[in-house]
Amino acid sequence: MAVQTSPPAAAAGSQKAPVVKRTDNWWGGTLFFFIVFSAFGAWATFRAFQNGFYETAGASQFGGAYYLSPLYSPTLRLSTKIAGFNISPALFILPFPLCFRLSCYYYRKMLYRAYGADPLGCAIAEPEPLASMRRKKYKGEKYFPLVVQNFHRYAFFAAAIFIIMLWKDTIESFFFKSGDSMHFGMGLGSIVFLTNVVLLSCYTFSCHSWRHFVGGNADCYSCSVLNQTKHGLWKKVSFINEKHGTFAMASLISVALTDVYVFLVTSGHFHDIRFF
Amino acid sequence: MASKTITLRVFRGDDKGGELVEYKVETFENMVVLDAIHKIQAEQDSSLACRWNCKAAKCGSCSAEIDGKPALMCKTQVHDCAGDSITVTPLRTFPLVKDLVTDVSWNYRMAAKIPPLTPTKETAGKPFNMQQIDVDRVQEFRKCIECFLCQNVCHILRDHERTDAFFGPRQMVRIASLEMHPMDSLNRREQLKGEAGVGFCNITKCCTEVCPESIHITDNAIIPLKERVVDDYYDPVRKGLIAIGLIKKRNKAPLSSVPNDLTKIIS
Ligand code: SF4
Ligand code: SF4
Ligand code: FES
Repeated sequence: MAVQTSPPAAAAGSQKAPVVKRTDNWWGGTLFFFIVFSAFGAWATFRAFQNGFYETAGASQFGGAYYLSPLYSPTLRLSTKIAGFNISPALFILPFPLCFRLSCYYYRKMLYRAYGADPLGCAIAEPEPLASMRRKKYKGEKYFPLVVQNFHRYAFFAAAIFIIMLWKDTIESFFFKSGDSMHFGMGLGSIVFLTNVVLLSCYTFSCHSWRHFVGGNADCYSCSVLNQTKHGLWKKVSFINEKHGTFAMASLISVALTDVYVFLVTSGHFHDIRFF
Repeated sequence: MASKTITLRVFRGDDKGGELVEYKVETFENMVVLDAIHKIQAEQDSSLACRWNCKAAKCGSCSAEIDGKPALMCKTQVHDCAGDSITVTPLRTFPLVKDLVTDVSWNYRMAAKIPPLTPTKETAGKPFNMQQIDVDRVQEFRKCIECFLCQNVCHILRDHERTDAFFGPRQMVRIASLEMHPMDSLNRREQLKGEAGVGFCNITKCCTEVCPESIHITDNAIIPLKERVVDDYYDPVRKGLIAIGLIKKRNKAPLSSVPNDLTKIIS
C-alpha cells in the first residue's frame, strides 16, 4: 500500500521530502507567454529586416492616411549602407523598446520562467541537467551578466521618449490628405493606433522603476510638502502598477497588430476603412 | 455537502528516508486538510507528527505541501482539492524532523542578522506619531505570520540551495518594513546588496503566489528594495548628480554602527 519515495539506504540525515507533481494548471500562463513572445519575436525580426510596407505617408491610394508602423517610428530618413546592404531604420529604433521590455520586471519574471526554466513553475523542480548545473552555483541578478538588469531605469526613460513620438504618430493618424489640404478624420487605422498608444502608455508608466522614481524612494511621506506630493504620485502609479503584467502583454500584442495592420494596408491586402 | 471517503497520502518518515502512506478518511462539511490530519491522528495513527496551533491561518505553523503546492493545511479545504485523493508532504526546503514537521530554524537565524528598528540618537526614546500615509505602505509587511511558505517555495533556497547567500523573501519583507520606516536611521542597502543577497532574487514571484496573507512580496517589498540598491550602487547618473550637489545623499548610519549583541544569534 505504501509508496516508496526514497531509497532506504540513503545517507542518514540528508533525505529531503519527496517531490510531488502539482496537479493544477501551473504551466498555462508560462506556455501562453512563450508562444506569444516567440511569435512576436519572429514577426518583429521579419518586419525589422523587411525595410518596407511600413508607412502610408498620405498617399492617395491609401485614402491620404498617415499611418506609420510603430516598429519604424520615428521616421529616420537615413540611408545607411553596410557592405552594399541597405540597413533598415527599424534596426536603430527597436533596440530601445527591446531593452525596456527585456529588463522590465514583469518580462524578467516570464522570460526566466519560460526560456530559462528558472524556475519553470512554483515548487516545480527545475529540469535536469539544468537543476544540477545550477545547484549551489546559481547567481541570479547579483553578478554578471544579469546584473545589467539593474539599468532598467535608463531603458524606461528611453522608452518614455518613444511614447511621446508614438502619440505624435497617433495624432497624425487622425489627419488625412485630400489634394493639397489636410483634414481631420477617422479610419479603422486611427482607432488601431489610438488603442495601441494607450496600451503602450499604460504599460510604460506602470513601470516599477518609474514607481520608485516618482515616490517609492521616499522614506517619510509626511515629512515635507515635496514628499506629500511624491506620495500622491506614487499612489497613482501604484494603482496602475498592479496591472503592469496585463499591460505588458496587451501592449505587446497591440504593437504587433498595429504593425500587421499597417503591413496589410500598405501591401494592398486590406483597404483601410474610413468612418469620416 | 454529503460526507464521503477520501484517500490521504501522507509522508511518513524523517531525514533518513520515508514513504507516502495512504489513509482513508471520512470527510465532513468545510473540512480542511488539517482536520483530516487530526482525524488520522485521533482514529488511526497517533504517532503521525504535525505542527499546528491556531487553525485560523494566523500562527503560521501548519505549512505543508498539498498536492505539490505549498499551502497552510488549515486554510486548504478538502473539497477544493481535485479528485478523491490528496497528497500531503512536508516543506521540501527545510531539514526533515518527523513526518510533516521540518526544522525551520534557519529562518530565525537569518532574521536575527537583521538589525531592529534603529531611530537616530536625537529621536530615540521620544514619542513619535506616525502619520497614516507612512503607516499605509509598511503595514502590509506586518501581516506576515512567518509561515515560511515563501521561503520554502523560493527556487533560490529550494532548488539552488543558496541558503548561504540569500535571506529569502520573508526576510526581504522584514527589511522592507524597516528600510521604508520614517524613523529608521540605518543604511540597510549595504546588507541588502551584501549578505542578504537581494540580487539573487530573479523576481519570478513564486513567493507572492503562495503567501497566505496575500502580501505582494515581490511587487511591494523586493522590487522597491532592488530599486533602492540600484540608487546607491548602480546608478552613475545619480552619483553624478549627488557629486555636483543637485540631489542630496541619504544620510544613514552604516551597518557597522550596530552593536554586535543586537544581531547575535541566541541559541
Ligand atoms: S520572487 Fe524572488 S524571492 Fe520570491 S520566490 Fe521568486 S526568486 Fe524567490
Ligand atoms: S511573507 Fe507571506 S508566505 Fe512569507 S512567511 Fe510571511 S505570511 Fe508566510
Ligand atoms: S494552524 Fe495556525 S496557521 Fe494553520
